[in-house]
Amino acid sequence: MSKFAKKKDGELPAVSTASLPDIVFMLLFFFMTVTVMKDSSLKVKNELPVASEIKKLEKKDRVITIYVGAPDAQYEKVFGTEPKIQLNDKFSSPSDVGDYILMERAKKSQELQNVLTTSLKVDKNANMGIISDIKLELRKVNALKVNYTTGSGDAFNNLK
Amino acid sequence: MARRGGAPEVSAGSMADIAFLLLIFFLVTTTIETDAGLDRMLPPIEPPDVDVIIKEKNIFQVNINKNGQLLADDNLIDLKDLRAKAMEFLDNNGDASCTYCKGKKNPESSDNPQKAIISLKNDRETKYSTYITVQNELVGAYNELRNREAQRLFKRDFVEIEAEYLNPETKDKLDETAYDELKEKVKRIQELFPQKLSEAETSSSN
Repeated sequence: MSKFAKKKDGELPAVSTASLPDIVFMLLFFFMTVTVMKDSSLKVKNELPVASEIKKLEKKDRVITIYVGAPDAQYEKVFGTEPKIQLNDKFSSPSDVGDYILMERAKKSQELQNVLTTSLKVDKNANMGIISDIKLELRKVNALKVNYTTGSGDAFNNLK
Repeated sequence: MARRGGAPEVSAGSMADIAFLLLIFFLVTTTIETDAGLDRMLPPIEPPDVDVIIKEKNIFQVNINKNGQLLADDNLIDLKDLRAKAMEFLDNNGDASCTYCKGKKNPESSDNPQKAIISLKNDRETKYSTYITVQNELVGAYNELRNREAQRLFKRDFVEIEAEYLNPETKDKLDETAYDELKEKVKRIQELFPQKLSEAETSSSN
C-alpha cells in the first residue's frame, strides 16, 4: 500500500538546471566570436544606405572610420540638426579630418600605413556637400582609398 | 576522524549566474559590425604633369542635381536605366579594336573599354543615398561586363573570383601557384574592363 501512496503525493519533479551553465556559455562564446568591441559610441544618427555591388572590408586593423550624420536627439540643442562629422568620440569640422587621418595613420605599424582604407559611414539623409569636403581633405593627406560603407540590399530602396 | 573521499565538492549552482553576467557584459559592449561597402579610389590632389587629351565621346557624363535627377550625356534619364546606359557606353567599341565587346560600334560613343571614362558629378545638396545608388549602378555596370567576360573565359563570375582573391583566408588555403593563378585571373578581367570612374569636384548651384 505504502508503495503506491508514495508516488501520489510527489509533485512534478524539478527540471534539472545542471546544463544551464553550458547553454549560457555556448551563447557567450557565440557572442564573443561574432561581435567586436565598440571603439567609440555613436553620437550621430547613422542609418546607412544599402547597395548591392558591395565588397567586404577585410581586416579591421587597416580601416579608419569616419561617421557622418545628424547629431542625436540629446545633442541637437547644442549642435543643431545639420549633419556633422564624428571623429573618434567628438564632433568635428571637415578641416579636422586631415589631422585625424594622419594621427590614426601614425598609430598603425609601418607596413600597414600604405594600405589603409577610410571607411565612410554616412547617414543616408546627409548631403553630398559635407562628403565632398571630406573627400577633399582625404585627398590632401593622400588617403585615397575610401569605402562607402553600406548595408546590403537593393540600392533602389534608398530612394524611397 | 580523517576526512574521507577527498575535498568536498564545490557547488556549481552559481555557475549559470556568472556565465549570464559575462554574457550580458559582452552583449552590451560589443556590436555586430557592418563591414561592407563600395570601394572607391579618390584622384590624387596633384594634377598630372602632362595634360591628357580625352575625346568628348570617350566620356560618359553623369550629373546628379540636388533633387536627385540624373543627367547622362545631356539626356534626362531615369536611375533605373543608368546601368544599361553605362554598359552600352562601355561596351560600345567604336573603333572596333576590342575583340570581346558586343556593343553597337556607334561612332558617336566610346572607342573601346580602355578609353571609356565615366565622369560622375554631383551637387552639394544631392542626397547621399541617391549618390550611393548611382555609384552602385555604375559599379554594377562594370561588374556585369566583367562577369560576362569571366563567364566566357573561366566559367565563373568575376565578383566571385574577386571575393575569393580578397578573402584573407584564401591565401592560407591555396598553395602559391593556385593563388597566383587566381590573382592573374582577377587582373586579366580588370584589364579587359578597367574601372575608370572619375569623381570630379562637386559644383554648387545657386
